[in-house]
Amino acid sequence: MQLLFAFIAGGLFGAGLFTSGMTDTTKVQGWLDVFGNWDPTLAFVMGGAMVPMAIAWIIAEKRKSSVLGTPLPPNPSTTIDRNLALGSVMFGLGWGLAGLCPGPVIASLSYGGSSLWIFLIAMLSGMLVAPHLRLRLDRQLPAE
Amino acid sequence: MPMDWIWGLIGGLLIGSGGAVYLLMNGRIMGASGIIGGLVDGSGRATKWERLIFLAGVAGIPVMLTALFGKIDTHVTDNIGVLIAAGLLVGIGTRIANGCTSGHGVCGMSRLSLRGFAATIFYILAGGLGVVLFRHILGVI
Repeated sequence: MQLLFAFIAGGLFGAGLFTSGMTDTTKVQGWLDVFGNWDPTLAFVMGGAMVPMAIAWIIAEKRKSSVLGTPLPPNPSTTIDRNLALGSVMFGLGWGLAGLCPGPVIASLSYGGSSLWIFLIAMLSGMLVAPHLRLRLDRQLPAE
Repeated sequence: MPMDWIWGLIGGLLIGSGGAVYLLMNGRIMGASGIIGGLVDGSGRATKWERLIFLAGVAGIPVMLTALFGKIDTHVTDNIGVLIAAGLLVGIGTRIANGCTSGHGVCGMSRLSLRGFAATIFYILAGGLGVVLFRHILGVI
């Protein structure tokens, strides 16, 4: 059952990324480019996505476990540390550079051509080395 | 196009519904970088198959939609250097920050998570600066 709902959730996510136009890199870069021909679409996507998600969090708060009986995520941490800031800045630069983030890359693999696969391989390589970089960073320059 | 924002809103509602299903049914946060990253480094609570099947949905439903409505032009660059640099930055950055646009943005901010808001401000500012730098100053994109 968990696998079925994982597919349904992923399918809705993919359908939403496709429908919203977020797999078109010019729409992402157009939203980030406040000095160019600014495209507001991304704000509507983000706003639209947060409505059902906020309702889901309100329902989740009243429950002890998920419908399928698995534990719900713990309360979020409130510490804004060096890794959150540094990682998000790195991610933002890459996002602006290619107009791609992890969700839309997967959603457009079937129609984005070889560029998407090159980006995906680079992203997976980055994800593979990230835990090692993070460990080294924490050892040499403690965040606190 | 003038109708783009309506499609954005509809698409957004679909994305949020996916996140709601993943949270309420499976008890998981729908963060793309976490779901992919867990496959690469074995971290997190979800099982390998749960992740793979989620991603099969993300990639598979657009295959069906392109068959029905035609392909979307991704306008993605074919500059290999840009693709590799951007892919590495996105891969390393999202894993060091523990989240991307879906995890910190959609799922984090909608539960009023301070880290979600902070991460989103950081990556949007960096993305905006990146586009100004790479497009208007360096002219590489």
